[in-house]
Amino acid sequence: MSLVRIVGRFWWDFLVGDDWKIAAAVAVTLVAGAFVVASASAAGSWLAPALGAALLTVFVAALVVDVRRR
Amino acid sequence: MERMGSSATWGLLGATFTASFVEFVEALTIVLAMGATRSWRSALAGAALAVVALAGFTAVAGYALVNWLPRSALQLGIGTLLLIFGLQWLRKSILRAAGLKALHDEEEEFRAQAEAARRAGEQQRFGLDWFAFVVSFKGTFLEGVEVVFIVITFGLNAHDVPLAAGGAAAAGAVVLAAGAIAHRPLARVPENTLKYVVGLLLSSFGTFWAVEGLGVFQAGGESLRWPGDNWSLLVLLAVWVALSQLLIRAVPAIARAGRPAALASEAS
Repeated sequence: MSLVRIVGRFWWDFLVGDDWKIAAAVAVTLVAGAFVVASASAAGSWLAPALGAALLTVFVAALVVDVRRR
Repeated sequence: MERMGSSATWGLLGATFTASFVEFVEALTIVLAMGATRSWRSALAGAALAVVALAGFTAVAGYALVNWLPRSALQLGIGTLLLIFGLQWLRKSILRAAGLKALHDEEEEFRAQAEAARRAGEQQRFGLDWFAFVVSFKGTFLEGVEVVFIVITFGLNAHDVPLAAGGAAAAGAVVLAAGAIAHRPLARVPENTLKYVVGLLLSSFGTFWAVEGLGVFQAGGESLRWPGDNWSLLVLLAVWVALSQLLIRAVPAIARAGRPAALASEAS
């Protein structure tokens, strides 16, 4: 195995782990959150709790998809 | 820098100690398996080189983080990593508690590692058993990088990285001493419970920091503010506890409901 593949595999295992859906769900939510933050004229006090709630929701969704396929 | 109050100090020490303890136990199991079945010299050399590499990684990452990144970008990067680790741990803990995944067992992990070590071929490099060296290095480095991120996050959040590093170092010393005395995996540690607690801590801190760090995208680049600032961490922790307990009770029924659909999709 080449060094690049070993390093790539190491970081994949480290960052993504057993279930890629969780890493993907977090990444998609944060990218969407970045667009919301960038487009909001002023960050209201609702924004942080709303983004937190979105992260909780996508975790539940990823877990339900995972469990239904078991 | 002003020291935190004593309860916050103990809280930070306890959090970094617990989170790091679990990582050190896993690294110890791998090194013990390689040492007992292949070569102690090669296993210890792999673990020692991993510690040196980790020190270098921490120095470079620490320099880059402190000097190149604004606070909000740092929060976003580290928070995202913590959130992904934390949710992975939480997912496994929920599945284990719900009976959908086998409980983690260090004795079983030791047996699996030892069996793989026995089956692996002989290859000598630089006078070392290469399999034992590489597996020990990789295991120690992988678990160690997680400890580094935990220390950086908890330490920066509490404005006391040295204290957070002290908590992790104490956990490492306890695990090393116990391993040296027992010469076997630390199977009596309530690892599944500890992993659940650590998953909750990492998920709470990760959510808090990743969301604050999204402020890097607003005009001025200042961190977003949670209502109540650091107090909202406790609210987040309570919400993650409640949600995980709810999921532990709900997922067995969800799995049963999804089984016919999964079987049909496999048959088609």
